[in-house]
Amino acid sequence: MTDVLAITEHRRDELRDVSLEMVTAGRDLADQTGGDLHLAVISGDVDDYADQANREGVDVIHTVEYGEEFNHDVYTQAIEQLYAELDPQYLLAPNSVNGLDYAPAVAEGLSLPLVTDVVDLEFEDGLTVTREQYGGKVETTIDVAEDHAAVTIRPAEWAQAEGDGDATIEAFDADIDEGQIQSTVTGYEEVAGGDVDISEADFLISIGRGIDEEANITLIESLVEATDATLSSSRPIVDNGWLPANRQVGQSGKVVTPDVYIAIGISGAVQHVAGMKGADTIVTINTDPNAPIWDLADYGIEDDLFEVVPALIEEFGGEVPDV
Amino acid sequence: MKILVTVKEVAEVEDEFEISGGDIAEQYLEYDLNEWDDYAVEEAVQISEEHDDVEVVTATIGPERAEETVRMALAKGADRAVRVWDDDVESASYLDVEAKAELLAAVVEEEDPDLVLTGVQASDESNGATGVTLAEKIGFEWAAVVNQLDLDIESGVATVHRELEGGVEELTEVESPAVLTIQSGINEPRYASLRGIRQAQSKPLDLKSLEDVGLDADVLESPLAQTDMYEPESEGDATVWSGDPEEEADQLAEFLRDKGVVEG
Repeated sequence: MTDVLAITEHRRDELRDVSLEMVTAGRDLADQTGGDLHLAVISGDVDDYADQANREGVDVIHTVEYGEEFNHDVYTQAIEQLYAELDPQYLLAPNSVNGLDYAPAVAEGLSLPLVTDVVDLEFEDGLTVTREQYGGKVETTIDVAEDHAAVTIRPAEWAQAEGDGDATIEAFDADIDEGQIQSTVTGYEEVAGGDVDISEADFLISIGRGIDEEANITLIESLVEATDATLSSSRPIVDNGWLPANRQVGQSGKVVTPDVYIAIGISGAVQHVAGMKGADTIVTINTDPNAPIWDLADYGIEDDLFEVVPALIEEFGGEVPDV
Repeated sequence: MKILVTVKEVAEVEDEFEISGGDIAEQYLEYDLNEWDDYAVEEAVQISEEHDDVEVVTATIGPERAEETVRMALAKGADRAVRVWDDDVESASYLDVEAKAELLAAVVEEEDPDLVLTGVQASDESNGATGVTLAEKIGFEWAAVVNQLDLDIESGVATVHRELEGGVEELTEVESPAVLTIQSGINEPRYASLRGIRQAQSKPLDLKSLEDVGLDADVLESPLAQTDMYEPESEGDATVWSGDPEEEADQLAEFLRDKGVVEG
């Protein structure tokens, strides 16, 4: 009743990092509730995943052997049954694309209050969570008045658990009703291939919403040419079809680690930051002094990109196009 | 065939703002159609254009102000709209995912659609959970974060791509009736034409109270309470290059040369 049950995540034969972050978050919460930390590993090579997730602080790992890859109808059934068996106080899932494909259904099925994309968990008399709103411009705290809850936690917000664990590993015999499996994963596709690999670049100039119009991209292309940089972008530019998917930096695009990353007209939403926070030096050009990108930037220019970029092109002897 | 699209009017915050009474002060907010819902509406309208006898109905939870946003969805090609609102909803202290899904489920019950499209998330609250909660509530199959959709109307199977992290897409077949949460970039949302805007004025937009959809105010009670809202402390310690644009560019150029990433 004071325990925490956290669901690990894997894809295509790899345990995903967020699983080890869940161990850290889950251990911390279980310490506050005074309970044990249970992990669940569902589908695929569960013994191998259980070994990898067996880090310091984990008490029990439950393995559910059924199928290979993620299927939400399998996950939903397995988690609901495991929850009924263990009666934990809190259920933790990653706020990943797959986490959001089953956690709401599980919460609904178990009549648990659900809070998503949580960045902090505190337990005193009850659970209080912190989450962001309005694209990260504000944080809110939310009290959960019930004794039980389901929470999805934001990836990369907690550190990955280290140190070998000595958890008990138990096979859980879930009774999966195949009749309830009404979606079938038929395969995977790698997107973002093509002529350029931005993850290999040492110097990236990256553009976001601030560029306003497709035609203005020629301005940045001139800068890229004058500085021999590589052009990348945030999601909206690719969504608009202004640059191909292989240029996208972020959670659903590429993770980049250049020496220098210049973010031009990019606000720095969490999904973008996930892809570029590993850059050695981050420079921002942005008119909004409250944009989250300033939290990461080492250097910045708080000014209009349409004034600064032409000046920069001239600095390097390039040609400023008419835009 | 009928497609129901959930449409939310979201609040967008200006660069500079103040928080008062636990929320952002009204004068710093602007309202617009949620970006993800714009893609969902477009997807539904495209299906209706490719096939005969497809009706597109939008469902919104929102005050009268939201009708402007709903009209925009109608102008882009939805056939009619339902808006759920009354004094009880207005005075709900915290409209959580569960309550929203409950209200939308009541609309689904009345409309009996074959397919429900929602945005992946709303840009203001970013719960990202209403669509899947709704699916479970109404007993539909679902797929979250869909960035490609091919619907076989005959067999009722939707072949979708789900956009996973790191440039990988999952290919999945989903049996309808289903709820699909639509990711941005799946299509190119159209701009409303003048003709569309004119036509939208005469399309049905029905207001429904809780009672109208067969619910009572209990469904609005939430175990969740928002107790605080604040601006996160800036963790930044960026060195700011200041001056006029030439001076700013000069300092950045010097930095790039020092770093050795640019020659010349």
